[in-house]
Amino acid sequence: MAQTEFAPWNDPEAKPLIQFKNVTKRFGAFTAIDDLTQDIYAQEFFALLGPSGCGKTTMMRMLAGFENPTEGQILLSGQNMAEVPPNKRAVNMMFQSYALFPHLSVWDNIAFGLRRARMPKPEIDARVDEMLRLTRLEKFAKRKPHQISGGQRQRVALARSLAKAPKLLLLDEPLGALDAKLRQDTQFELMDIQEKTGTTFVIVTHDQEEAMTVASRVAVMDEGRIVQVATPAEIYEAPNTVYVADFIGDVNIIEGAATPSGDGYDIAWAEGQAPFHAKTQTKLSNGQRCYLAIRPEKIGIATEKPEGADNTVQGKIIDIAYLGNLSTYHVELPGGKMIKAQTANTRRLSRRALTWEDDVWLSWTNTGSVVLDR
Amino acid sequence: MKLRRFFLLLPPYLWLLALFLVPFLIVLKISLSDIALAIPPYTPTLDIGAGWDSFRTFLSGLDFENFVFLTQDDLYWKAYLSSLRIAFIATALTLLVGYPIAYGMAQSAAEWRPTLMMLVILPFWTSFLIRVYSWMGILSTEGFLNQLLLWIGVIDAPLTILNTNVAVYIGIVYTYLPFMILPIYATLEKLDESLLEAAEDLGCSRITAFWLITIPLSRSGIIAGCFLVFIPTIGEFVIPSLLGGSQTLMIGKVLWEEFFNNRDWPVASAVAVILLLILIVPILLFQRNQQKQQEAEQ
Repeated sequence: MAQTEFAPWNDPEAKPLIQFKNVTKRFGAFTAIDDLTQDIYAQEFFALLGPSGCGKTTMMRMLAGFENPTEGQILLSGQNMAEVPPNKRAVNMMFQSYALFPHLSVWDNIAFGLRRARMPKPEIDARVDEMLRLTRLEKFAKRKPHQISGGQRQRVALARSLAKAPKLLLLDEPLGALDAKLRQDTQFELMDIQEKTGTTFVIVTHDQEEAMTVASRVAVMDEGRIVQVATPAEIYEAPNTVYVADFIGDVNIIEGAATPSGDGYDIAWAEGQAPFHAKTQTKLSNGQRCYLAIRPEKIGIATEKPEGADNTVQGKIIDIAYLGNLSTYHVELPGGKMIKAQTANTRRLSRRALTWEDDVWLSWTNTGSVVLDR
Repeated sequence: MKLRRFFLLLPPYLWLLALFLVPFLIVLKISLSDIALAIPPYTPTLDIGAGWDSFRTFLSGLDFENFVFLTQDDLYWKAYLSSLRIAFIATALTLLVGYPIAYGMAQSAAEWRPTLMMLVILPFWTSFLIRVYSWMGILSTEGFLNQLLLWIGVIDAPLTILNTNVAVYIGIVYTYLPFMILPIYATLEKLDESLLEAAEDLGCSRITAFWLITIPLSRSGIIAGCFLVFIPTIGEFVIPSLLGGSQTLMIGKVLWEEFFNNRDWPVASAVAVILLLILIVPILLFQRNQQKQQEAEQ
């Protein structure tokens, strides 16, 4: 069944749920958030991605109300949140440490927020039971947090933060404490719950794979600024800077000088080597320094020079990283530049021809690379 | 391996045997003896070299007379009750003073905490007796406190504080405050700040978050602190005899008088045995609290 694409950020009529307007946050001399403007729409699953110290946690804590912007405004449904304390906001947060109350049972933890809202008892009972069902915790209702596993604790934290049906749910590195397998399962569970409840989720993470999996849009942050906001596919295939290309996934960056040619540029990358050609919308002046970003899986690797390929270059295999489903070849180009090329291991190991010290040909298409000016 | 374990556990058990169990058995034995004008001042005494017959006469000489006597004179049970009451009120007062101090310490900047901790422990560096004596100087009719209050003009005539129960309470709160502060501080310091943020996030004001999260999570510290004050206070002797008056009735003072003024060792021993039996209840409760806390931390 075809579905209409969920993309309110492309709709000029759509009203954002959250608006950051020129928000700056300073801690003493340190600027955590630097003049940041960003809209987040209802029902989005918005991921803040960046290395530690990039300001993503500060952004989340400002949304929750634990910090106030030094300058600028944060609007929630058009209302300025500056003077609203955390306990009066229709925003709930799932803490990185889960912050479950150790002296209360799972049931009482989930009911905690509802009781503070003075909801009648039968309604609390119904709501808690609903949350327990949603997170599949019915069997553990009477246990204390230290009597359940890490994955279950994570689900209690989620149930507790969803119980009050907030307009906005903040998730601070929610899956950080889980092991890889459980984390994958939980990512899909999170998306499922987000879809079922229709709540807007803002997730903070430093794990790019997690952000790509769950989010409708990803914001890549660096030093208090958002460098790029886009859908996971766009961020991966069309990063706007070397920083983003490098942060998301694996990438080869080839620095060179651009010369306009046809519908793109020829990029001279080394003395005595034929330039690489790339199609692009980016406008560069003649001879400008630029960077060619090529994902390893976009590069073909062969023992014979491929016929009719747009860009080819010869090199020598220095290293092979065998990952099971994939193999990454580290190939040294003339002049010492290392390039990573990746192939899917569709054949069994014994039947593959490439090995260490082999001279190979790398090739990619004119549209396989991205030209970046910074 | 078993032998190794045995030798490792031997020293503490020998210690307990020599310094707790044996003295207790001696006290128990004296409490069952009769007063006598002799050295030591009770009969019978055990002569181990004299054989089985003398041991039998020794056993027949023991009886519960002194315990019966304790029930006949109402001085004793009144003293026990009064001790319990004073210990209870003093513990509550110490908690009231100690909790805010412990909370303040836990809230203060991390670099200040060792200093504050030091200040709490500092009084232990001087003799306990000297510190209680100096309170006499503060609380007496011509003492510093009265002079200060007269000078400020809060009172017209000096207050009688020394030699009343009020002075006893002040002395106990002052002396035992560190025992209340330290366990409470230990639990508050471990309290995860994000729990309070989570409570606020879920709709609590700061004050409700304190009642619903901070207090319950420091419960084990409160209980430990209360017992650490309550248990020694029941048998307290120095504070009531130096700061208390004639109407301050505490079992420690009674014990002292029986022992030194009346030279009645058997009755004094009986008083001590009953005191120990009374203390067993709070001590067991205290142990249970410690054990539960350890389990919760695992």
